[in-house]
Amino acid sequence: MLRELKEEIASGSAEEVISALLERVKRSRLNAYNALAEESALARARKFDGSPWAGRMAGIPIAIKDSISTRGIETTCSSRILQGYIPPYDAHVIERLKAEGAIIIGKTNMDEFCMGTSTETSCFGPTRNPWNTERVPGGSSGGSAAAVAAGEAPCSLGSDTGGSIRCPASFCGIVGMKPTYGLVSRYGLISYANSLEQIGPLASTVEDAALVLEVIAGHDPRDSTSAKTEGGYLDGLEGGVKGMVCGVPKEYLGEGVDNSVERLVWDAISVLEDLGASWREVSLPHTKYALAAYYIIAMSEASSNLARFDGLRYGLRVGTDKDWHTTFSDIRAAGFGPEVKRRILLGTYALSAGYYGRYYLKALKVRTLIKEDFQRAFHDVDVLVTPTMPFPAFRIGERIQDLLSLYMADVFTVPINLAGVPAISLPCGFAGGLPVGLQIVGDHFAEKTIFRASRAYEDATPHHAARPHEVI
Amino acid sequence: MITGEDVDHISWLASIKVAENEKEEFVGQFNTVLDYFHQLDELDTEDVEPTYRVVDIVNVFREDVAKESLPQEEALCNAPKRENDYFKSPRIV
Repeated sequence: MLRELKEEIASGSAEEVISALLERVKRSRLNAYNALAEESALARARKFDGSPWAGRMAGIPIAIKDSISTRGIETTCSSRILQGYIPPYDAHVIERLKAEGAIIIGKTNMDEFCMGTSTETSCFGPTRNPWNTERVPGGSSGGSAAAVAAGEAPCSLGSDTGGSIRCPASFCGIVGMKPTYGLVSRYGLISYANSLEQIGPLASTVEDAALVLEVIAGHDPRDSTSAKTEGGYLDGLEGGVKGMVCGVPKEYLGEGVDNSVERLVWDAISVLEDLGASWREVSLPHTKYALAAYYIIAMSEASSNLARFDGLRYGLRVGTDKDWHTTFSDIRAAGFGPEVKRRILLGTYALSAGYYGRYYLKALKVRTLIKEDFQRAFHDVDVLVTPTMPFPAFRIGERIQDLLSLYMADVFTVPINLAGVPAISLPCGFAGGLPVGLQIVGDHFAEKTIFRASRAYEDATPHHAARPHEVI
Repeated sequence: MITGEDVDHISWLASIKVAENEKEEFVGQFNTVLDYFHQLDELDTEDVEPTYRVVDIVNVFREDVAKESLPQEEALCNAPKRENDYFKSPRIV
């Protein structure tokens, strides 16, 4: 689809395409965007129309999650504490997109500082699911997913710490990819849990996701965890799955998974089998401990990463200055929402004297066990096939008051971040009119295998082509 | 069990003021979440090494060459309070 759009723009007008998109966003009541970069996007589009440049994404509009720094465009992480913040520099991924000719049209809504599964903790209010506006779009990259599903952006970037790209891709019926840890530079990504998070693409098709990943991946010396890799995600995309061995982890099906979701996942496995793949049951025995380990690590890292928000160099400043500690404590009390406060406070507790061994260190050891589960599984299979989420999109307000029930929604996505392996969510059908996502997981740096399996499945099924009615 | 006093202490450590009406709610929620975390105690991890990083990385060294940095005016442009070419902080002493 991006390929066709690129041709359409090259032979027509980027300005027309982008103004139509912006008009559509302005009419929409999904609340997918925090800010539109109308002036700069249209100016760049006119420039492109005047003298078109080359590039793998030449003239293509893209929406960016509001956790990613964009020079000159307000970047808030959907938090009061960053309202009004205009980054003086671009994230690495933004530099790459611009270098390949893409045009940034706006910043998308998200859970505050990526902390959520529903985009309900945003200080700008929730984003609505385009398939049913009473439902959440998933999170935390809910705006990025809803925008693509509703035709308010042809593709977008999200960030995924424990499922934040795959969950909304699943709930909104699109493709979302979390790359291997280290594949995409985190330079300019506003940090929540730095050992877990990765930036990745959300798009309508597997090929589009592979194209965007091809553009944003690559080594960057400014991120010390950045890997040197070869890319080439579009090569061999159509190689098929003949001979591929799919593992089905028994811990990812059964109790806690909606029957309708489980049935669609088995249907998907049959499709892959018909295409020449085989499947076998595997076990990831430490799966039930992943959520606790994940939340301990994420909260601990958050308590350190979010210490930078003090109202001194940027962000909210409230009241008259008192002593240092009182002033900052007041600013942070006024600037952070309840979930962010909870995670910082619990993380602070987990790292505090006397508790470090019991919580943080323990969680890091459990992380080793979970990582080893995946290593063992990938000795025998090429990919793992699972549901992305145990159920389709829930109602706005349904889970936000019950912390644990919200955290448990991440049960199949967080182990992937703990292990640092790549995973995609792609549409595999509908349950009660709501999209369901299939998760395909690969070994470290096996993005090409994941894309190849996903493309084969997509070619054989109609689900990716379904679109919701326009929401006005 | 976390108590109101613990929440006061954590709030001081984290530099986030917690209002009295928030405190009670936090006490309940924190105990629920910590209870859930305690399921990790079932696992014997005595001989397991912790994972700090999932991909192997080594220290990266480079020559210490001066490069252009962010201009001072741009670095200061988001500051809520400034004085001349400085960020203005509250009193420290």
